[in-house]
Amino acid sequence: MNSKIKKATTHISQNEGLIFEKSSPGKKAYKLPPLDVPAVDAESVLGKVAREDLGQMPEVSEIEIIRHFTRLSTWNYAVDHGMYPLGSCTMKYNARVNETVARLPGLAEAHPYQPEKVSQGALRIIKMLSEQLIEITGMDAITLQPAAGAHGEMTGILLVRAYLESQGNPRKKILVPDSAHGTNPATAAMCGYGVENLRSNSAGMVDLAALEAQVTEDVAALMLTNPNTLGVFEQEIHKIADVLHAKGALLYMDGANMNALVGKVRPGDFGADVMHLNLHKTFSTPHGGGGPGSGPVACKKILEPFLPTPVVVTKADGTLGFNYDRPQSIGRVRIYFGNFGMFVRALAYIMANGPEGLRQTTEDAVLNANYLRKHLESLYELPYDTPTMHEVVFSDRIQTRKGIKTGDIAKRLIDYGFHPYTVSFPLVVPGALMIEPTESESKEELDQFIDAMKQIAREAEESPEVIADAPYHTRLTRLDETAAARKPVLRWKPQAELVTK
Amino acid sequence: MRYLPKSPSDREAMLSDIGVKSVDALFAAIPEEYRLTGDLSIPRCYAESEIVEFFRDRAAENGQGYATFLGAGAYSHYRPVVIDSLVSRGEFFTAYTPYQPEIAQGTLQSIFEFQTMVCELTGMDVANASMYDGSTGAAEALMMAVRITGRHKSVIASSVHPEYREVIATYVRHQAMPLTTVGYGQNGRIDLEALDKVVDNETAGVLIQSPNFFGIIEDVAAIADIVHKRGALLIVSIPEAVSLGIVKPPAQADIVSMEAQSFGVPLGFGGPYCGVMATRDKYVRQMPGRLVGETTDRNGKRGFVLTLSTREQHIRREKATSNICTNQALVALMCNIFMTIYGREGLKELAEQNLAKAHYAADQFKKSGAKLLFDAVPFFNEFVIQTGEDPPGINDRLLAQKIVGGLALKKFYPELGNASLWCCTETTTRAAIDAAAKEVAR
Repeated sequence: MNSKIKKATTHISQNEGLIFEKSSPGKKAYKLPPLDVPAVDAESVLGKVAREDLGQMPEVSEIEIIRHFTRLSTWNYAVDHGMYPLGSCTMKYNARVNETVARLPGLAEAHPYQPEKVSQGALRIIKMLSEQLIEITGMDAITLQPAAGAHGEMTGILLVRAYLESQGNPRKKILVPDSAHGTNPATAAMCGYGVENLRSNSAGMVDLAALEAQVTEDVAALMLTNPNTLGVFEQEIHKIADVLHAKGALLYMDGANMNALVGKVRPGDFGADVMHLNLHKTFSTPHGGGGPGSGPVACKKILEPFLPTPVVVTKADGTLGFNYDRPQSIGRVRIYFGNFGMFVRALAYIMANGPEGLRQTTEDAVLNANYLRKHLESLYELPYDTPTMHEVVFSDRIQTRKGIKTGDIAKRLIDYGFHPYTVSFPLVVPGALMIEPTESESKEELDQFIDAMKQIAREAEESPEVIADAPYHTRLTRLDETAAARKPVLRWKPQAELVTK
Repeated sequence: MRYLPKSPSDREAMLSDIGVKSVDALFAAIPEEYRLTGDLSIPRCYAESEIVEFFRDRAAENGQGYATFLGAGAYSHYRPVVIDSLVSRGEFFTAYTPYQPEIAQGTLQSIFEFQTMVCELTGMDVANASMYDGSTGAAEALMMAVRITGRHKSVIASSVHPEYREVIATYVRHQAMPLTTVGYGQNGRIDLEALDKVVDNETAGVLIQSPNFFGIIEDVAAIADIVHKRGALLIVSIPEAVSLGIVKPPAQADIVSMEAQSFGVPLGFGGPYCGVMATRDKYVRQMPGRLVGETTDRNGKRGFVLTLSTREQHIRREKATSNICTNQALVALMCNIFMTIYGREGLKELAEQNLAKAHYAADQFKKSGAKLLFDAVPFFNEFVIQTGEDPPGINDRLLAQKIVGGLALKKFYPELGNASLWCCTETTTRAAIDAAAKEVAR
């Protein structure tokens, strides 16, 4: 182990095969209670659709399952280990109380169709979270139904479309800045819109003159991330909104970067008409290795009639219930009411912070990003020197002179005990290093990260070959992604079957 | 502020390094007129103990300890404790999408195992890492059929969950994908004659559900003949994954879209759940969502990576197969652990218990005078009865006995009159069934 590496060291980790390789007939990890009704003969009840065999499903014992997944878990890097500065993903601390309350039986075991009179607690949680998110965003109305950010985008653009249709013309296209997440153009296409790219100016912001030229009566909306993916606040945001509104178009705000704004400024106040939030980013619900997320969509009054069905209402008798009678609604975007378990966690997060805590959280997130920028900008190129909010984007231009790219620096960072930043995004920065520390990092952790990045910058100058082969201290070295895609092996098969093929 | 790891002096030192006097200077980019000057109007900061108490109160308002006969896309199965014990490991639940495979092999290998088990159960060649849920997955499957066939029309059975159908209508509305609905016949299965008339050589995909919304197992082979004859793709939506323990997989399908909530995922008032999509090898490049593949590292050791990502939005942008990014990974892990616990024998035994309970209940209800609708075809763990009395009256009496009765169908299928949909799982007791049977008789 390299003595320069202070944060991490190697340790024993257990090897573990695929679960199928541990399976053998007769092992069991389950026990069902005795059947208290007469057994039925599957074949006589189901006839020809009765299944005979479950193929290669595993047969293992409970201790093997515990060890299997525990061993696998130790091969992951997670927020619980340390800084996870994946830009635009807001990898913040996931509070344990959130997990505890989400698992309370009355909430975790509630069936979505159980009568409203025995669902008042769940309905109250939906109502409270809705109200608080409306306050935080400065909007007028909200739906919690979308299952993730991209799903929220789709919901939001469908609201725009329904509104414009009600005005007589849905229009033809959506403007998307070149710095936007890939989900934005993909969403616009799913909603039946053409996508038109909008160039950024030299400060990394929307070019107002270009916007004015591009906004015609054909434009339905601009999808804008603010702060944008460069971590830059769109300073002319109100003018952007004005340009759109003057032509009857709307401003959609991608709330992926809301962690830079909560408690400091509200999108509803600066002209956004509709936006989504990512509860798994800003509101601390766990990322879970890739999900589940939750993507509430908040909007202004003019879009409210079009929100998905159902909405929670207070009934005449004072109890809460669902209203399904919404003739102008875009319809459902998901069965039931959304990822309710995430609502519980997000509400617990907001309660644990209160107004001061949320503001301090945002301030710390922005402070952390600026602190990293200050200490690293002499070693890594900063393509846009516009003020940084919650994330900072460098490029690998200096290191590429020695053949070292952003992806290589990322791999070397792993050896130093950190999860890498987001690699090669946003696309407007060739060779981008997109770093979002979040508020969850202490000064000590940030200093160690700065130290690691400094060491790597030095290695890039002095011994670039060291970086090119990193990581060294992981279970596996770099994996062959090209081979994986060329001849995809997407499932396990028994050895015998492979041989006969 | 207990989640924030900085002291006031840390903040001072950092601000001084940056070269600004106060943190507000870092927000100078925000036009002053929009900056908040006061607190957000939300409740004060709560202590952890208060938060727990608050949610306990909400949980109590929700009614706890009720026996339930509700299914309809969300099923009450026992969740082995091992599941929460394992998914509560921070290494799983505080990681994200495995973009850096060298430090994400745990997530990647578990997804690879998940994909394998879904293939084994559904009879498909390849499965993805998850979709949001069964409803959005079904919509994405229809869109996938459009991409594969280059055709535009879609057909959907009216015996697909009504809320799935609403979601699908929302998804396809602006994609030039005309949607036709085919009704069900006397026996509760899709009307094959009507289907035969509707499917033509412009049909991209036909979506059916099995067990369908009435709990009935569709004749997938007969449907597939009609669909394939016209060159369209058959998509089978499976809402109750436990059925696969005892019901033949829909081998004739081209795409299977499954809701895996039954595999160890809490009911949780409707989410998060776990959609899964599985298909034939030849269609994999048109499949949405993440895929994990096997490969090797530089030393030839086996490892796993995200693969075939050129289908996805972060590469292909508006030409992507879907806009999906974040999926349901941790929920898929719950399903994975559940499938591993029950495995080859247990899933069968579990399904047998579900089958036995539901058939016992149907028999008891019949004996009490309720009419079992669609009794000529096999059902799994749900069935529809017709009663003399309007179902809400029955359910009110049951609720007083801490039993949540079946789902009244009038809202979705008014033509069925006083019909209701009842579900029994391994958790349904004989006592609850007998109590319910008494009430449906009145």
